[in-house]
Parts: sequence; C-alpha cells; structure tokens
Amino acid sequence: MNIHEYQTKDLFRHYKIPVPEGRMAHSANKALTAAEQLGGEGWVVKAQIHAGGRGKAGGVLLAKQLDEVREHAEKLIGSHLVTKQTGEQGRMVNRVLVEQMQDIKAEYYLGLVINRANQRITLIASAAGGMDIEEVAAKSPDKVINEVVDPAVGLQDFQCRKVAAGIGLSGKQINMAARIMKRLYRCFRDKDALMAEINPLVTTGDGQFLALDAKMSFDGNALFRQPEIADQRDFDEEDPKEVEASGHDLNYIALDGSVGCIVNGAGLAMATMDAISLYGGRPANFLDVGGGASPEKIANAFRIVLEDPNVKVLMLNIYAGINRCDWIAEGIVKAVSDLEVNVPIVVRLAGTNLEEGRKILADSGLQYIHADRLSDAAEKSVKALAGGAA
Amino acid sequence: MSILVNKDSKVIFQGFTGQHATFHAQEAIRMGTQVVGGVTPGKGGQTHIDRPVFDTVKDAVEQTGADVSVVFVPPAFTADAVMEAIDGGIKVIVVITDGVPVQDMVRVKRYLIGHDTIIIGPNTAGVITPEACKVGIMPAHIYVPGRIGVVSRSGTLNYEAVEQMSELGLGISTSISIGGDPVNGCDFLTLMKQFAEDDETDAVLMIGEIGGSQEVEAATWARDHMDKPLIGFIAGATAPPGRTMGHAGAIISGEDDTAQAKMKRLAELDVHVVQNAAEIGRTVQQSLERQECVA
Repeated sequence: MNIHEYQTKDLFRHYKIPVPEGRMAHSANKALTAAEQLGGEGWVVKAQIHAGGRGKAGGVLLAKQLDEVREHAEKLIGSHLVTKQTGEQGRMVNRVLVEQMQDIKAEYYLGLVINRANQRITLIASAAGGMDIEEVAAKSPDKVINEVVDPAVGLQDFQCRKVAAGIGLSGKQINMAARIMKRLYRCFRDKDALMAEINPLVTTGDGQFLALDAKMSFDGNALFRQPEIADQRDFDEEDPKEVEASGHDLNYIALDGSVGCIVNGAGLAMATMDAISLYGGRPANFLDVGGGASPEKIANAFRIVLEDPNVKVLMLNIYAGINRCDWIAEGIVKAVSDLEVNVPIVVRLAGTNLEEGRKILADSGLQYIHADRLSDAAEKSVKALAGGAA
Repeated sequence: MSILVNKDSKVIFQGFTGQHATFHAQEAIRMGTQVVGGVTPGKGGQTHIDRPVFDTVKDAVEQTGADVSVVFVPPAFTADAVMEAIDGGIKVIVVITDGVPVQDMVRVKRYLIGHDTIIIGPNTAGVITPEACKVGIMPAHIYVPGRIGVVSRSGTLNYEAVEQMSELGLGISTSISIGGDPVNGCDFLTLMKQFAEDDETDAVLMIGEIGGSQEVEAATWARDHMDKPLIGFIAGATAPPGRTMGHAGAIISGEDDTAQAKMKRLAELDVHVVQNAAEIGRTVQQSLERQECVA
C-alpha cells in the first residue's frame, strides 16, 4: 500500500527526520494561503499522486511569486499527470503540496528495502541523489552502497556512519546523516514498510540535511496492526474495479485484452493468461478467486469481469483443491441467471467434486463451451473470440 | 526415498482444532499420513479427531516424537508459531497461512539460523509424497507415486502440471509448493539440492513465476551439480510490470524479473524450458526420453 508524499513527510516529522516546511492544498486558493503562511522567497508546488517521475513530467513547479503558486496549483489540480510510471492515461491530481524553496548544496540518495536476495532489510545510499537509483545501480554500481541489517539487532550506528562516509560525507555531517538513517530505519520497522526512499536527501546552504522528497510503501499483509497507516489509503489512486474486487476478496487486475479470465490461484491465473496469449488472444484481466470460493464469490467475479466492455469471451479455469467444483458450477449458473451474459463462456473445471460440478452445469441447460484441459480452454477461448464458437 | 516427508514422518498440526486444520488433518490421515496430534494453546489434554491436543509444540514433540508440523494459525500469530516449532525441534515446518507480514518472516529467517529445520511457505499448498505423507491442502488423488520431483511457487499450477504428467503415466516422488511470498522459508535451490541427492527422483520440474531470482539460482547450481533433467516453466509472461500478481512476490521490478528474461536465462543454463503451461507434462516426458537416448 502506498501513501502520498505529504503523508510520508508527516510520518517523517513524527520520527524527527528533517523535512521542508510545507502544507497540503486541495485548491489553488488554499495553495496560495499555504504559501503565504509559509512565507519565504520562493515555493515549490508538487502534485500529489502515488506514481513517481513527477519532476520530469511537469508535476513539480517552482514559483518565485505568490501569484505563480496559485497559477501552478490551478494548472496541476484537476489535471491528469502522465509520468513514466502512470501509463498513458495518467493520474488525476487532486491535491498539491506547497513547500518553501530550499537552497540546495548537495543531493544524496537514501533508501530502505526488503532485499529479496538476502531476505533482509537493506539500507541503500548513494552520492548520486535526485536520479533514478535503479539506473544508477545499473550503470555505475560502484556509486551505490548496500548495507544489510541483521534483524536480531537492527541497524547499528556504526553501519550508518560507514554508509555516510561511503557517500562522501565528512565531519559533523557523518553523525547528522547517520541519525537520519537510524530514524528512517525505525520508521520502516515500526510501520511494516516494504520500501522507504528519500530522493533526494539534500544539504542546504546552512549545513542542514532535509528530506526533499519522501516515498514509502507498506505491507498490505501487516495493515491489521497498522491502523493509522491503513487509514491513509487513498482509494482515488486505485482502479475502482480493483478496489471493488478486493472488497469481495477477489484479486483483480485490469488488462487491455478481450478474453476475460476467472481462475483460482495466482500462478495458474498467470499461466492461463500466458496460454491465451500463446494461442493468439489477449487476456482482459488477471483474476484470482482464491481458495474456498463460494457461489456468490464466483458470481461477483463474473460481474466484475463482464463490466469490462472489451471482454468478448469469458473463460473460467478452476483447478479445485481447497475449492469445490460444485460450488464453482453453482456460481456460474447463478451469475448467468442474474446477469445478462452476451459473450461465449468457456469452462474448464478440474479437481475436487468435478463430477458434481459438471452435473450442475449440464442440468442447468446453460450454453457454454466445455474444455477438459488448459490447452483446450485457451484454444477454444481464442476461437470463440474469432466467432468460431461451437 | 523421496524428500522432506515420507511414510515414517510424524506430523502435528498447529492451530489443530480450527476448521481448516481439522479438515486437512482428516484428509492427510485418509491418505495414510501419520498424524500424531496437534497444538492449540489452552486446549492441551483434550482429544481432537482421535488425536491428542497439546498446549505447546515442546510437549507434542516429547510425547509423540513429531518431526513435521503443518501451521494453520492466523497471520498475526504465524511467526510465533513457526519459531515455536523451530525451538521445539521440528525438522520440516509447512506454513499454509496466507497473509503473513513480510517483516515477520525476516525475523523468522534470522531465528532459523543455527537450527536444522526447513520451513516451507508461508502461503503454500504444502508438500506431498504420494501415498505416504500429505502435509498440505492439495487434492491428494491426482498425485500418483513415481520418480519426478516437483517444486513450484504456486499450488494450483502445481496441480495442473501434476495432472498433465499423470495422464502420461508419470508419477511424483515428492511435490512441494514453496509459496508466493517474497520472503519465504525455503527457496528453489535448497530443494534442488535435496532432489539431486534423492535416488528415487529421476528428473525435477521447477515451476516459477515473475519476480526475484530464485529460479535462476537453482538452475545455475543444477547445471554444475545435478545430472538429472531439469524442466522449467515461468508464469507471468503477460503480467504488466510493477503490479503484484496475486502472490506478494510476483511482481516485475526490473528487466531480470520478467518471465521472458527468466526463461531465457534458464534455457542458457540447459533447463528444458516449457513455453506453454499446457505443455508441461509432455516436455517432462520428452526430456526423460532424451535422457534415455543419451544413456
């Protein structure tokens, strides 16, 4: 789960990680008021969306005059910002963060991740701040320092000092930067984060460190014990259908093809999409109904997939282990009687209670295309797409 | 031989008296698994499905000689239950629970150091040595005894592959789903090493997915150290980058994470790569035939 920059900076303040003075605003007038209250001689107006790459996309604008703050906010709020992470359609900007402009002397990168390779929290730092750290790591790996945290004792002061020295800091700055690393680690650990990034961490003309940008993402599996993080979820940043699906305990991701997919298990769901593509079709979505799917859940899955106007064929591929084919079949029959289904349906059932499931489908008189195997199901779906349904 | 579990394994269930644990313990017993009891704190001394219930894993191990545990406790308590099993001397811990916080698993993995225990999962369908020991939620009847070792991330894709093999008369020595989480108990490499040494396994099928580099690590080791055919499949060729595809670990974070990049690497490492999930069984069969021609 992601939160906005202004929310992350509030969290940083709580952990005494220095951030620029700033105010969040929902309108151009409020942005102006924010700038007036902040005072100073220049301001930065930053679009608040969850995607990165805002700077290059024109989502971070500088203002020398108060009037400009209002103009920039007016331009950003309500617009669709297209960055390299948003896709073509961009992301609607609902609010901006107004901050005082800073006198920047140097820029660094500081981040924490859960490193999949060593399965530990790892501190990442670089003197190449303000840039895409993955690009830096790919082009000049020597410019990126990784320090692995032993979970038994946590991040140690000496490790932070070592990293600070490694990115070229000296004198008082070593301890100052080390303190920030330690606090970022505490925040990361306390809040069940998966990623925290300060890019850039800057030094200012008066020798202070500031987290100029701030990004964190959190473990969705840990939200049960992080209610204050869960409360900051912004549903406007998410696909409404994915939100609705998750409300029904379905894992749905919209794609741009025409074969709607309902599958159980993430691995089988991906493999099914891949097979459709190999037979010349394109999946309209990823949908994992999970284990123990009730008829109601299957009916909800039908509705969500069929709401996509691009769907021309609906394919179910269920390998029931913990699931039951009879429940799945009941769900299919229920969905078809409740909804207006105008596309061919391809059904492949296997596993627990298969015979019962097939009987329910046969007795219902439902028109559907039967498939025995994954290959069958993928091939018949693509054929049905071409109008060759039989 | 098989790996991890066999007919002599003595199995306990943690969270024993819960609905799912009860059902799957019964299924395991039906397949001949030696389920010797279970743990539910506070219910020690009771009997559940004709087996003793213990308050602690330590008690269960002392009184039953259990060496395998299946964990069905809710996500908030899973890390504690797994560490209790490690402390209690359990050798194979199968964590079925889905939704365990990642940082909990980071701590569990640290705790595991110095202990002679293997953790499978979390978020796994479990382990099965057909007709000997079932510690998981898979449909047992599709797993026929044989000589192919299977290791996958996904549960249902494992069933799919196994069914395709059964239809061709190919049975299973042991099948394991390691689960879809980014920090998991056991990686592909650890199991590859066990399959390499198992004299009842003639070939290994590895079913991976996008995200991480575990499949490539295992295949690299296998090329240098294993003289059995290795067949590989990677799910997620059509997955969009940056999206978590159901499994928390199934996310393309960089170019090396894509299914295409992983399959290419595997092919370079002499793995028999399956492009289409519908062809897994046939590819395993062909690789065995090729092996016989060479031999």
